[in-house]
Amino acid sequence: MPISISPQMMREIIMDHYNNPINKKVPSDLTDYKSIRMDSDSCIDDITIYLKIVGDKIVDASFDGVACTISTASTDILCELIKEKSTKDALYIVEQYKNMIYEKEFDDSVLDELIVFINTHKQAARIKCATLGSNGIEDIIDGKSDK
Amino acid sequence: MFDVTKIRNDFPMLDGTKKSSNNKPLIYLDNAATTFKPYSVIEACDEYYKNESVNAHRGDYDVAYKVDSKIDEIREKVAKFFNAKKIEIVFTSGCSMSMNLVAFGYGFKYLKEGDEILLTEAEHASNVLPWFKVSELTGAKIRYIPLTKEGRLTAENLKKVMNEHVKVVSVAQVTNVLGFKNDIKELSKIAHEYGAILVCDAAQSAPHMKIDVKDLDCDFMCLSGHKMCGPTGIGVLYGKYELLKITDPFMTGGGDNARFDMCGNVAYLEPPAKFEAGTMNIAGIYGLGAAIDYLSAIGMDEIEKYEGELHDYAISKLKTIKDLIIYNETADSGIITLNYKGVFAQDEASYLNSHGICVRSGEHCAKLLKDILKVPATVRVSLYFYNTKEEIDALYEALKNGGNFLDAYFN
Repeated sequence: MPISISPQMMREIIMDHYNNPINKKVPSDLTDYKSIRMDSDSCIDDITIYLKIVGDKIVDASFDGVACTISTASTDILCELIKEKSTKDALYIVEQYKNMIYEKEFDDSVLDELIVFINTHKQAARIKCATLGSNGIEDIIDGKSDK
Repeated sequence: MFDVTKIRNDFPMLDGTKKSSNNKPLIYLDNAATTFKPYSVIEACDEYYKNESVNAHRGDYDVAYKVDSKIDEIREKVAKFFNAKKIEIVFTSGCSMSMNLVAFGYGFKYLKEGDEILLTEAEHASNVLPWFKVSELTGAKIRYIPLTKEGRLTAENLKKVMNEHVKVVSVAQVTNVLGFKNDIKELSKIAHEYGAILVCDAAQSAPHMKIDVKDLDCDFMCLSGHKMCGPTGIGVLYGKYELLKITDPFMTGGGDNARFDMCGNVAYLEPPAKFEAGTMNIAGIYGLGAAIDYLSAIGMDEIEKYEGELHDYAISKLKTIKDLIIYNETADSGIITLNYKGVFAQDEASYLNSHGICVRSGEHCAKLLKDILKVPATVRVSLYFYNTKEEIDALYEALKNGGNFLDAYFN
């Protein structure tokens, strides 16, 4: 995705993933899933992330719960991006995404639609929203899941 | 004569220099969370730290005696403000501690299995969670007085659930999400007919209206200083003296006992001292005294009247915004709870922040929202007497475009 994407397109991407999230669902059979509840202590956001990891590969990723536009859209896009990737590649994407959010140098080649969150630092209170999903994914891969 | 321009000059937070990070002048509409402090309150706290910075309850030297006397004077002032007796005023850290003191010092001591505690679904967590704990520890049951469709508590509804097992009725005088005023006097009367006590959560009422505890006839009343222009970390528990006498201290330690020996014999001081173990927030007490002076000089009736006008003005303007949902148009306080159609509450609050407007988004009490508001979260606008029509106009202008909340994210 080119970095020159217009603000109007960015809005549309965020709103689309908020209004019609592709990965917002609880897996019908939770047997092979690891999950983590990300209940923000500073706002209303409260989501649970579900990852199915087979060997080294993320076979499925989804989330459910109540959250704002920024949390919902970023988590939805992240889930889509890490599916069918190795845990190592997924962690790399999460790392680059967080580098972008925290205004560090980042590799935009792996971020795809996540680039729409590049303005997050302008509203400091939104950093927590934008990183709720990425922190949860990172925690599960690092073995810190609830289940 | 109520002069809001003159009043605003009393508050450093309103001196025009405070800005949001995108350099918009601050419009503070989150007064149900906490309020700004006038210079006189800040100076009173400073006075303690600068000139009288010694401990109270230690009368061996002049300055200590002065601090003791001042605390005594302020206790008298607080008592007068609420038409209570001085010995019925306990200083706490805030409304939550006052509530916990009642729940643990009285509820935990006297309630038992089979007893009932009556609350409503509109109560703040500080008036719910301590009672959950009491219920867990004593086996007493918690029940909820049904609210009207609008979310109000009525005397009729209390009568419907009252019975001889009810020992405690604990409700807010003004509810924190919907801003409805409850008739505490009538509710107390009903509770007393069945031999129950009435605990009044005055956190959202004491800052905005005149309160006469003798007239209300409530048994305990809890409030925070910081919601009424006072410092944080100071609050009040009022209790009828005969009840305070049989209530246990929630915290024990230095300053609340007359003498004790190592065999476990303790003689506690009389109320209120028996509830005030440890060194108190003395600067906070000085500040609370100044806050009460400040509010009294303006007049609580004047404050309530002005806030009522401001509220009606706000509702009349906001009502004209097509996609704005207002949940409590008829509130009896400066609390306006709303949502913009299709926009998550937190996104709306964040958008208002980009206009320099401070409001609170939250899911408040989940149960209440589910039954009455039927939404997961709302935006709460809460006014105080230093807010202006111009600030309401700015809120209105911002909310007119409330659907374009992502503006905040891209500009």
